[in-house]
Amino acid sequence: MVQRLRVRYAKRGRLRFTSHRDISRAIERAVRRAGIPVGFSAGFTPHPKISYAGAAPTGVASEAEYLEIGVVSPCEPTRLRDDLDSSLPPGLDVLDVVEAGPGSLAERLECSVWEIRLAGAEPERAKAAVERFMAAERVEVERLTKKGLRRFDAREAVVALTADEGTGETAGREPSPPYAILRMVVRHVTPAVRPDDVLTGLRLVADFAPPSPPAVTRLAQGPLDARTGGTADPLDLDRDIRGGEPGPAVQHVGDHK
Amino acid sequence: MSVESLFPRLEALLPSVQKPIQYVGGELNSTVKDWDEASVRWALMYPDAYEVGLPNQGVQILYEILNELPETLAERTYAVWPDLEALMREHGLPQFTVDAHRPVRAFDVLGVSFSTELGYTNLLTALDLAGIPLDAVERGEDDPIVLAGGHAAFNPEPIADFLDAAVLGDGEQIAIAISEVIREWKGEGSPGGRDELLMRLASTGGVYVPKFYDVEYHPDGRIKRVAPNRSGVPWRVQKHTVMDLDEWPYPKKPLVPLAETVHERFSVEIFRGCTRGCRFCQAGMITRPVRERSITTIGDMVEAGIKESGFNEVGLLSLSSADHSEIAEVAKGLADRYEGTNTSLSLPSTRVDAFNIDLANEFSRNGRRSGLTFAPEGGSERMRKVINKMVTEEDLIRTVTTAYSQGWRQVKLYFMCGLPTERDEDVLGIADLAKKVIAAGRAATGSRDIRCTVSIGGFVPKPHTPFQWASQCDHETVDRRLKQLRDSLRSDKQYGKAIGFRYHDGQPSIVEGLLSRGDRRVGAVIRAVWQDGGRFDGWSEHFSYQRWMSAAEKALAGEPVDVDWYTTRERDEVEVLPWDHLDAGLDREWLWQDWQDATSETEVEDCRWTPCYDCGVCPTMGTEIQIGPTGRKLLPLTVV
Repeated sequence: MVQRLRVRYAKRGRLRFTSHRDISRAIERAVRRAGIPVGFSAGFTPHPKISYAGAAPTGVASEAEYLEIGVVSPCEPTRLRDDLDSSLPPGLDVLDVVEAGPGSLAERLECSVWEIRLAGAEPERAKAAVERFMAAERVEVERLTKKGLRRFDAREAVVALTADEGTGETAGREPSPPYAILRMVVRHVTPAVRPDDVLTGLRLVADFAPPSPPAVTRLAQGPLDARTGGTADPLDLDRDIRGGEPGPAVQHVGDHK
Repeated sequence: MSVESLFPRLEALLPSVQKPIQYVGGELNSTVKDWDEASVRWALMYPDAYEVGLPNQGVQILYEILNELPETLAERTYAVWPDLEALMREHGLPQFTVDAHRPVRAFDVLGVSFSTELGYTNLLTALDLAGIPLDAVERGEDDPIVLAGGHAAFNPEPIADFLDAAVLGDGEQIAIAISEVIREWKGEGSPGGRDELLMRLASTGGVYVPKFYDVEYHPDGRIKRVAPNRSGVPWRVQKHTVMDLDEWPYPKKPLVPLAETVHERFSVEIFRGCTRGCRFCQAGMITRPVRERSITTIGDMVEAGIKESGFNEVGLLSLSSADHSEIAEVAKGLADRYEGTNTSLSLPSTRVDAFNIDLANEFSRNGRRSGLTFAPEGGSERMRKVINKMVTEEDLIRTVTTAYSQGWRQVKLYFMCGLPTERDEDVLGIADLAKKVIAAGRAATGSRDIRCTVSIGGFVPKPHTPFQWASQCDHETVDRRLKQLRDSLRSDKQYGKAIGFRYHDGQPSIVEGLLSRGDRRVGAVIRAVWQDGGRFDGWSEHFSYQRWMSAAEKALAGEPVDVDWYTTRERDEVEVLPWDHLDAGLDREWLWQDWQDATSETEVEDCRWTPCYDCGVCPTMGTEIQIGPTGRKLLPLTVV
């Protein structure tokens, strides 16, 4: 392996229904089609050297998924970004590629910023529920995992949580009545606290239940800034060392088509 | 009139279903054409779950060919799982295509590819969800033509009530021809409505329209005759045969799904047809004659397919792939081309022959020599003569020993149970064979680290084969023989752990038998099963033998026939069979003679290498055997 590259990509629109396994197959095939000189593990069934960090759940969109790819001949990061992006289906979009610096990428991903759009939910009720949730010391929730029903606290990992009013202005559609948008910063803990666990918590503490399925998007992942309660671009550290263009700003993102 | 996408409504349901990605579409190389610019619109259905249906070659080929036509568009639809079906019913969402999520009822044709009869109940679910009347005679001008194809369409009688039409054989050219007939008819302002369109299709002689034929029965239940009920409709409908596969190098752009499917590879059909003459094999009988794709076209297709798809495995498909006249050159050429690229090559459907080991070695140059599969099919020499599977015990032991001594650790042997004339000792012979295989392998390698897996399928007599007259073995007998075999395999401690045993119980084969050789009266059984909740009958977790039997009892109550009549009853030479008016090219007298030869254990050679034995296909269909060698070679790929 002559080089490792770190890739930030998005999972948008209808592609949010892909599972992690679906994505890894799609990426491996895109890498082959794009002719990227990926390395392979040794042994009878060689696997491409691509590793994934903390994938968003099936059904959840993301602007900040990360993977690391090992190559056998040097690749220019922007070239790899363009080649891989044009080889992937629209909706799996490569946003940023840097040459890996020292240290583990996974360890830098300490928290996620999530946005949840709740169509049909009253913003005022959402705000009240958020206040009660944040005021609580612990909010015990249950989720069915592969290991069976697990009970855990969904409160402590939530560093920040706010509710706002969304305006339903999508081009070409009827404007919808105001709805609630939740934004939250959640630390990566074990067992993982996911956005739907926080929604469960809101239901438990304030009987707040949105009338339609929530549209969840991960906006960012990265190191937790204890001072601001926010996060930073995890690839900046690599950029500081290796140089390169700045990454794309963390933007506000709706449902891409 | 344009058609709106159902996706926004579907999207709201997807968070609540299993594996939602299968309903989303957007596969690499999929096509969405403008609705209004097309004059003929096809919805192509594979009536099973997306994960099974997507890789289907037939659907992919027709999808690509139809979309290449300027005025035609084709989209795909698959069976939805019961969780989504329930939600679609609750929210009034109709059956949709995965390409542009258009309602299936808006299309001109719903083309359904049946590889197996077990998809029939899924057809009914799709029609019902689409809002298309189940009965063809109740359909109106706004409903699509429901058209069946695929191997099961060689006897579409059990689903005749639900079909407007069926086509037999290779679909490439007939799909284009049907599109052209529809385009013309629509261009003229759809004169005479649906019936005239069906009449135009039927009069070509290549499209079967069931409602233009009446079936009369004898009082004892046998068919008296099947006859056209209007003039201009041919007495017999012929199958279609594509000659020169090099002219039809599809799929060129394989569909690459996001969802996981049963075959994650790029498949190239290296030839079509098979004349080995295995008497149980419907595919081998109905796809004659053998037509090879040339080594250079195969090479070009593999190169383009890998480039277009990014798949890391290539499958060389056919009914008996090692029989390609230049298979050694194909194997070596491809192995050379893709050496060091982490591209694996596979050759399904091989026969018992040492030559196959050389091929397998070529394909596993860089990789692990894990398992090889051979299909002797019959456990005794006698049984193999009955089914015309010309493999001697000596051949098998020699082949398997070679495999073990060249580093292959595991051999899988495939057999059938319930074959015509089968006796207990024929099935028990499988145990002896497996033990001899292990003994010979241990002797050759000096190692105990070798395994043999015996895998057994239940035999089902199929239309257009010499066994179409045979009595199907009852499931109690099949289960009893399999139990004896299992006991025999396990009785000997010396071999116990070296021999694996995989089998299915006999009941599903009876249902398959009912559907395979059924006539129009079986349609009522299918409908009753579906009404009782029958879905996904090819999946053991959804299949219910009890449901089929009680539905059959009710639906056939007023008839002189029952499930046994359709399955375990032997037919005589003069009985009119439900598919006799559908012409696969096989001469009925030859088939009967081959059935007689089977019972007298007389073998028939392959007509590729011995003189023609007059099965009838080539002269009836105007076709001929097309095989190499071409003498050409695969050159190394130029480095990109």
